[in-house]
Amino acid sequence: METFLQQLVNGISQGSAYALIALGYTMVYGVLRLINFAHSDVYMFGAFMGYYIANSTLGLALGPSIPGAILVMVGSMALCACLGILIERFAYRPGRSPSPFTLSFWFGILGAGFGQLLGGTLVSVALGALAGAVLGFVLEKVGLKPKPQSSHLKLLIIAIGVSFFLENGGQQVFGADPKFFPQIIPNRSIDVGGVSLDTQKLTVLGVALLLMILLNVVVHYTKTGKAMRAVSFNLDTAKLMGINTDRIIAFTFALGSALAGAGGILVTLMYPRIDPLMGIMPGLKAFVAAVLGGIGNITGAMIGGLIIGLAEVMAVGYGQSTYRDAIAFVILVLILLLKPTGIMGKGMVEKV
Amino acid sequence: MKRWLLWLGVLLVLAGLEASLRGLIGPYAYQITVLVGVNIILAVSLNLINGFTGQFSIGHAGFYAVGAYTSAALVKFGGPAIRGLVGFLPAIGQDAVLLLAGLAAAAIVAGIAGLAVGIPSLRLRGDYLAIVTLGFGEIIRVVILNVDSIGGARGFSGIEQLSNFFWVYFFVLVTIVVIHNIVHSSYGRAFVSIRDDEIAAEAMGVDTTRFKVLSFVISSMFAGIAGGLFGHFTMYLHPNSFTFVASFNVIIMIVIGGLGSIEGAVVGATVFTVALELLRKLGPFRLVSFAVLLVLIMIYRPQGLLGSWTLFKGRRKAAPKAMVV
Repeated sequence: METFLQQLVNGISQGSAYALIALGYTMVYGVLRLINFAHSDVYMFGAFMGYYIANSTLGLALGPSIPGAILVMVGSMALCACLGILIERFAYRPGRSPSPFTLSFWFGILGAGFGQLLGGTLVSVALGALAGAVLGFVLEKVGLKPKPQSSHLKLLIIAIGVSFFLENGGQQVFGADPKFFPQIIPNRSIDVGGVSLDTQKLTVLGVALLLMILLNVVVHYTKTGKAMRAVSFNLDTAKLMGINTDRIIAFTFALGSALAGAGGILVTLMYPRIDPLMGIMPGLKAFVAAVLGGIGNITGAMIGGLIIGLAEVMAVGYGQSTYRDAIAFVILVLILLLKPTGIMGKGMVEKV
Repeated sequence: MKRWLLWLGVLLVLAGLEASLRGLIGPYAYQITVLVGVNIILAVSLNLINGFTGQFSIGHAGFYAVGAYTSAALVKFGGPAIRGLVGFLPAIGQDAVLLLAGLAAAAIVAGIAGLAVGIPSLRLRGDYLAIVTLGFGEIIRVVILNVDSIGGARGFSGIEQLSNFFWVYFFVLVTIVVIHNIVHSSYGRAFVSIRDDEIAAEAMGVDTTRFKVLSFVISSMFAGIAGGLFGHFTMYLHPNSFTFVASFNVIIMIVIGGLGSIEGAVVGATVFTVALELLRKLGPFRLVSFAVLLVLIMIYRPQGLLGSWTLFKGRRKAAPKAMVV
């Protein structure tokens, strides 16, 4: 019984981290009907940003304390939100409709990469980025125009490209070898009836719960939230009603990415090893959680995340731990066979 | 009659190249050439699902792994028995029988895996296939890591070297001819109709699920063959060669060349494999730049670099147009 309760606590804290990531998938799917593969890498980015903030002068000065943890958390969430907006603006939006400076942005990044390889100094990186951006700008002016039409598959391939870009870019910028996340909250553990509750797990639970409540408030009680729901209901009609859909989509990406960043920090509280490919597995599982709950449905994502987390921890606790990574996918295949719309999902009729 | 002569000629040319190529271009370039061939099989077969049927699989490496391990295991554990059966043949003939048996097993098992993955996911929207195939690839890897008799996390070593330039390029030709003929048959028209408009195809009486599963199974079988050829060439397999990265690489190949173009897949596979080797010095940056290339191609030239350009115009029937993404 005590083992069971212990596993329950472990599963719920693991599951709430999955739920936070799943929210980002489900919100973006809601507005764009797109599996944002890059989301799992935003989660990785969040963990790395937290690592760098915690190891900065200010972070080290604060040490493992509540203000320090808040600094790491909020800083990393803000940076992830920025990354989410950048991804949306320079990868997905040009895939939907022509938008300026796309080539400048990507060529600037390539230029920065070449700058690092050739010079290795900050100046050479900056010069490379500048040269690339100018070249991209000129090419755009000369007349390299994106294809105007948007399509499902095109966005999906772009998403895969962005994900691949972030993973390999992470290996180049952060280094491929794993790093260890410093302790950002004081570690204490209390024993409640044989179940050990440590500060990490309690923090994960508390923060995840708080963020989910905040998200619900934003989505249901603010004007932007109402616009998000409208865009998710029907993008074209929302546009006709005078909603600036591009801005709402960008906001959705920012919100989802910030949650992924928070998820990244929370998971590294429990498992402190971070590397540039760390996002793939949790990302996939969080996506399965989103599908399980009914993709596009925010409450569903939370429930799905908890179920996946619990199933995984229970299976590891009572069965084969080496098959841990396969459990989520077995669940996925089962849902697809039994109830493809997910627990909370509504059936969708495809119109001609 | 004429066709037999053509194939005989091709075989002779391949055998001649096999005998002379290693000396001509050196072992390193020979190895890259063989890898290019394996990647061409992967790209052309994935193109059947992603380019011609318009579904989106990102777990090709899973079927590749199934094929590689099946063939290697069959040859390792059943090799002596098979050699005994065909003991009357010279060594080279025994090798050929052994390799073909391994590849047949690889194709069958990978095809069954394709069927098992395809049926639940292909009844649903395209997105689900993408995520299920990705998940399936990971499941396969986890299972292989846990099976000790095929090496587990140590990797599978001691595989007989049976495949070489001759066999790889023979199967490259087989793959291209088979996929080309399928695409130009009534089956191919059904695939393309699903890609262009699934609802209209269904209204015209195309059993869309059946054809989607069929294209998926055929594609998986060729991925299995590619895996078998790869394993018997490198003589060592490790689960880490079959991660999602391997699947993404194949997608990059077919997107560079153009979805729904066999020539495009061949060119894409060749360019990608060779470029990765030439740019080895750049480290992770070469994959960064390929990722950027993938994004930019999709934004600026979604039909791929080659688009619907085709080398062999059908004499009677027009070739299906490349995919408009």
